[in-house]
Amino acid sequence: MLRFLLGRVTLIIPTFVGVTFLSFILLHLIPGDPIEVRAGERGIDPVRLEELRHDYGLDQPLWKQFLDYEVQIAHGNLGVSMVTRETVWNEFSTLFPATIELTISAILFALIIGIPLGVIAAVRRGSPFDYGLMGMSVTGASMPIFWWGLMMILVFSVALGWTPVSGRISDAYFIEPWSGFMLVDCWYSDPGACRSAFSHLILPTIVLGTNPLALIARMTRSSMLEVLNEDYIRTARAKGLVASRVVIVHALRNALIPVVTVIGLSVGGLLSGAILTETIFSWPGVGHWLIESIQRRDYPVLQGGTLVIGVLVILVNLSVDLTYGYLNPRIRR
Amino acid sequence: MSLAQTAAAPKADPSRFRLFWRSFAENRGAVLGLFIMCVLVTLAILADVLALHSPIEQFRDHFLTPPLWQAGGDSEFPLGTDDVGRDMLSRLIYGARLSLIIGGSVASLALITGTTLGLTAAFAGGIVDIFIMRVMDILLVFPSLLLAIVIVSILGPGLFNAMLAVVVVTLPGYTRLSRASALSEMARDYVTATRCAGAGPLRLMFVTVLPNCLAPLIVQVSLGFATAILDAAALGFLGLGAQPPTPEWGTMLAGALQYYQRAWWVLAFPGFSILITVLAFNLFGDGLRDALDPKLKR
Repeated sequence: MLRFLLGRVTLIIPTFVGVTFLSFILLHLIPGDPIEVRAGERGIDPVRLEELRHDYGLDQPLWKQFLDYEVQIAHGNLGVSMVTRETVWNEFSTLFPATIELTISAILFALIIGIPLGVIAAVRRGSPFDYGLMGMSVTGASMPIFWWGLMMILVFSVALGWTPVSGRISDAYFIEPWSGFMLVDCWYSDPGACRSAFSHLILPTIVLGTNPLALIARMTRSSMLEVLNEDYIRTARAKGLVASRVVIVHALRNALIPVVTVIGLSVGGLLSGAILTETIFSWPGVGHWLIESIQRRDYPVLQGGTLVIGVLVILVNLSVDLTYGYLNPRIRR
Repeated sequence: MSLAQTAAAPKADPSRFRLFWRSFAENRGAVLGLFIMCVLVTLAILADVLALHSPIEQFRDHFLTPPLWQAGGDSEFPLGTDDVGRDMLSRLIYGARLSLIIGGSVASLALITGTTLGLTAAFAGGIVDIFIMRVMDILLVFPSLLLAIVIVSILGPGLFNAMLAVVVVTLPGYTRLSRASALSEMARDYVTATRCAGAGPLRLMFVTVLPNCLAPLIVQVSLGFATAILDAAALGFLGLGAQPPTPEWGTMLAGALQYYQRAWWVLAFPGFSILITVLAFNLFGDGLRDALDPKLKR
């Protein structure tokens, strides 16, 4: 196990360096000088330009800049926003809980609905329910979620007035950001705040959860179908166990292993979806922040944010890999 | 009877296509997908004939006209008009043309580049293989939309750059797939035999091995079409893809953001068109996979 662990960890080092390199060259591939580009049509005083270039280290040779960048990252310094003068890490860490809260509730939504649907479809294979669910699943996977989100707002917020249009909580409440998770922090405030936070979370959760829901229902179904054909299921049935116990205890537990792996590895897809969902619902998270940084040409934010997200995905994939290796000794080699 | 036989006779292998079709037609969803695709292609080709108006012509006295069946609708504009008086239906039809062009060019460029890289990695082995596959791993680390956004922010917004970004984002899939299938084919005897007969590496790669790796790649292209259309529309929606007044569906949605709460039709139709198109290619791709690769059939 230790050997497997070390092997996997060394394998990600080149990926890690590559990711930092990619985020490094980002700033240098932009046509023209990033500072001049940011100054835009107003132009910039040549003396000030040189000063700024020196401040950002842009007057150094490229290899030196890259080494400096690596050293800087190793010290946990991701740069400073050109707009707010705040460090990129500070901005990221204040906004990230909002993204995590949204992502986790979307996954939970997808799991709680997707797994039972997938199981029922597998048990009633070939029934109208099965066909209907598979049709819905392809539709969900094909859904342009930026449109789906706007349609939900149009129906549930504008026409029916059930849910708010945007944000994390009503302006009437001020919640001290203790954990950064609105549903946790509002707990110490009045019940109205909790209700408000919850109602703000519903639509974004459904929208972001749509693609994973489709994927999970489909995966659960096909994985269940495979498991239900195994000998030990027949044995369990032959023993005279109740059908529901065979399905839930014997089959589902084994069928879920590939499903869990797929969820772990689809973190990247979820973050892509989060960028769109946060933009639509003005959800103050990392995706919204990155899109804004492009509009404001705040390149250090784009660079630092991309890097953190890249590293995060590497770490999540690694832990999925290790967990899977732990659960399934055969792939440890 | 005899006529049909003589007509079919010259074909090298008539049963192969029929076998494929029988297996494909079993899947009703896939046939539906194929049908929608045919309709879309027809719309795209005949856009100049079918569209009632130019997609960018602005009718100054018809701002936000509702669809035909709603009060205030105008038969001139069956699906209504947008905020500057452009005919929705005509824009949607031209949008179909644009989407198919986007999907087609992105998928084929990604296929060609990805397959070349994958085959090179498989044949060269060693450091070349490691280098190519590491680069693909790095591309896969980033959430695809984020990577596309970063690329477009470097190259500058616009349809062409957005398409390039989607090519880069979808490249790893094709590369990994073609490398994996090339590696498994290369272990076969026929490849060794061809090599012994003196075939050069390029011939081995593209003439001997590639045709036997095609089945999974064809499926990937069909599903890649759907991804390309979806991603390009997402970029258009974020203001990074096609720029107005181009009748691209995602860009149309971005333009509708300010007033969609008053005029549902400017929002509903372009998005629904994206959904239907992507759905058609996904259904078709799933059907192709089941028909071409019986091992994966569920």
